[in-house]
Amino acid sequence: MYRYDEFDENLVRQRARQFRGQVERRLSGELPEEHFKPLRLQNGVYLQLHAYMLRVAIPYGQLDGRKLRGLADIADRYDKRYGHFTTRQNIQFNWIRLEDMPEVLDRLADVGMHAIQTSGNCIRNVTSDPFAGAAADEVEDPRPWCEIIRQWSTFHPEFSHLPRKFKIAVSGGGHDRAAIRVHDIGLDLRRNSDGEIGFEVVCGGGLGRTPHVGVTVRDWISKPELLSYLEAIMRVYNRHGRRDNKYKARIKILVNELGEATFRSLVEEEFAAQNEREKVILPLAEVDRIEAYFAPPAFDAAPAASPTLDEARRLNGDLDRWARHNLRSHKAPGYTSILVSLKPLGAAPGDATSDQMRAMADIADRFAGGDIRVAHEQDLVLTHVRLEDVPAVFAALQTAGLATANGGMITDIIACPGLDYCNLANARSISVANSIQAAFSDPDLEDMIGPLHLNISGCINACGHHHVGHIGILGVDKKGEEFYQVLFGGRADERAAIGEIAGPGLKHEDIAPALKRVVQRYLSLRSSPEETFIDALERLGQAPFREALYAAS
Amino acid sequence: MPLLRHGRVSSCSRIFSDSGFGDAAASDVIVTLRSFLDDRSSTASRRDDVAVRLRPEDDPRLLANDLDAVSLIEVEFPKYTDGRGYSIAQLLRRRYGYTRELRAVGQVLRDQLSLMRRSGFDAVVFDHPDAEGVYAEAVGELSSAYQGAADDAVSIFLRRRPGASPGGLT
Ligand code: SF4
Repeated sequence: MYRYDEFDENLVRQRARQFRGQVERRLSGELPEEHFKPLRLQNGVYLQLHAYMLRVAIPYGQLDGRKLRGLADIADRYDKRYGHFTTRQNIQFNWIRLEDMPEVLDRLADVGMHAIQTSGNCIRNVTSDPFAGAAADEVEDPRPWCEIIRQWSTFHPEFSHLPRKFKIAVSGGGHDRAAIRVHDIGLDLRRNSDGEIGFEVVCGGGLGRTPHVGVTVRDWISKPELLSYLEAIMRVYNRHGRRDNKYKARIKILVNELGEATFRSLVEEEFAAQNEREKVILPLAEVDRIEAYFAPPAFDAAPAASPTLDEARRLNGDLDRWARHNLRSHKAPGYTSILVSLKPLGAAPGDATSDQMRAMADIADRFAGGDIRVAHEQDLVLTHVRLEDVPAVFAALQTAGLATANGGMITDIIACPGLDYCNLANARSISVANSIQAAFSDPDLEDMIGPLHLNISGCINACGHHHVGHIGILGVDKKGEEFYQVLFGGRADERAAIGEIAGPGLKHEDIAPALKRVVQRYLSLRSSPEETFIDALERLGQAPFREALYAAS
Repeated sequence: MPLLRHGRVSSCSRIFSDSGFGDAAASDVIVTLRSFLDDRSSTASRRDDVAVRLRPEDDPRLLANDLDAVSLIEVEFPKYTDGRGYSIAQLLRRRYGYTRELRAVGQVLRDQLSLMRRSGFDAVVFDHPDAEGVYAEAVGELSSAYQGAADDAVSIFLRRRPGASPGGLT
């Protein structure tokens, strides 16, 4: 895991000091809210329904025990003993007082963290695959490049007042678990025809009110050229992105209005015009230095299967079911990655208490080399666990209330905070998620259904990624009443697609029964138990599912 | 409103004219890009020591071949959230090699001063009773930078590896 050197440390400290001054000027009235707003936003501070909200960056979702304990301490001291993990692999605290913010930033800096550029019209926290460095299918670990991009984009003088926020995601080249095709820029590590590893560059994806799947602007760019190429894209966007209407200001609109070919040629022209002085120079030794932080741990030679685990699974049905849903394959034999669900029935998706954070930190230190990730599904991941240790990890997670056996299943719901916290919301998200969880709480039923991604947003801004859920749910406001539109067929992986709205919105209380009918229809129509919901939907089209959705009315 | 050049209060007697040079001497006015280009295309006049004010949507490339005749470029920030001026400045300094005064005007606020300086502005019109003091404090808040830009800062990537062979150009 990357550790700050003196430069990183200094900058984060200086930034905290700078923000302290800004908060003081705001509290004294010297700085009007209008001028303070973009400054607090670039430090992750939002003004929400009830209080200020602080969004802390977790670069590419990477945590370790020390950082997670630091977050737990902040939750205890300045908030209500919990935090909310987001779809951008960050964490949000909902109840911090503005006066306390500078101190919180200092405490974050103590554990090598910050809230820099977690909001505002700048380059946001770069996101990645939570299984990076552990997944068997990746071409290469994407995290060193995430870190390089983090550094390059931090306080970039040219790109701090973009037309709109800007999100970059990097995937390691296997199955896309970072949703790179629905980001402003998505990067995918891949080999060119000579076998050299570089990046495919995808641009113009995004959700929100006008969802788009990104287009490939470059099949392949070499590693040394990457940052210069990103500068070319950013400059084209900064100069030509729309600033007359904030709803049309994202790069996806620019790509769409110019057309893919014109956009690409603008970027290529800009890239070709860069002179020696303008190129971003990244010494190879510096790349090596950063890569070294992400070197895989020394894995013990172990057989691919563990008789201890197999036996424990035979004896313990709960462990067996949890292992079936929450273990993920690992590149090293005898190891596994574990998805730790933050979606127990009846809780707010993505929330973790400070005690749970500390428990996770302890478990990670003991069994996973201290390596903890945040997944964009708002779950946590332990990346390098020996199969032998799985029963012990399960027991420890159970004690902490973190052993929910629903990884990737219908009750592992992505949901934004919605009307309970967010001042933009049209409808509640959390309670509708809970009603769906309750409807599918029978483990046998959920097992039968298999993988199914269900995403909920409380308004068109789509923080809950409803467009890319196999089933998506969008809260809308109809004459002061909450309604929910249902979308079918979205996906966030390498076959990214935007879900289609099925029809008129349903009432809060009608959503869960309607989805039960949809799922029953799937179970009766699937060609075999192996055919997943999304596969069946793609084979059969929306019609039978839409029909089931509205069957009661 | 105070004009700061390199962080020091200074003065400038040129006034902005949106109707071209008129009868004024080139050194008395600041003209729009349109007026400047019109002047360049009329072989009769072709003034020197010209000052031009660019709007955020203006393309600085149109000035690139005539920079010898220009001694001041103002870049307008109608709102501080409009970041196009930073790209204009970087292009003028780094791509087109403009070396004379580059001045930020419009909504220039304390917390953008450092971005402006890094992007190549050596002058700003900045309204504050203690403009010099605030400028010095603002541009001094961060002592290093991850990126090379139009100021003389060496990127952290390079500072960590003095003498290393650059990978960026291979
Ligand atoms: S989707 Fe809407 S309601 Fe939900 S968090 Fe985003 S802005 Fe708020």
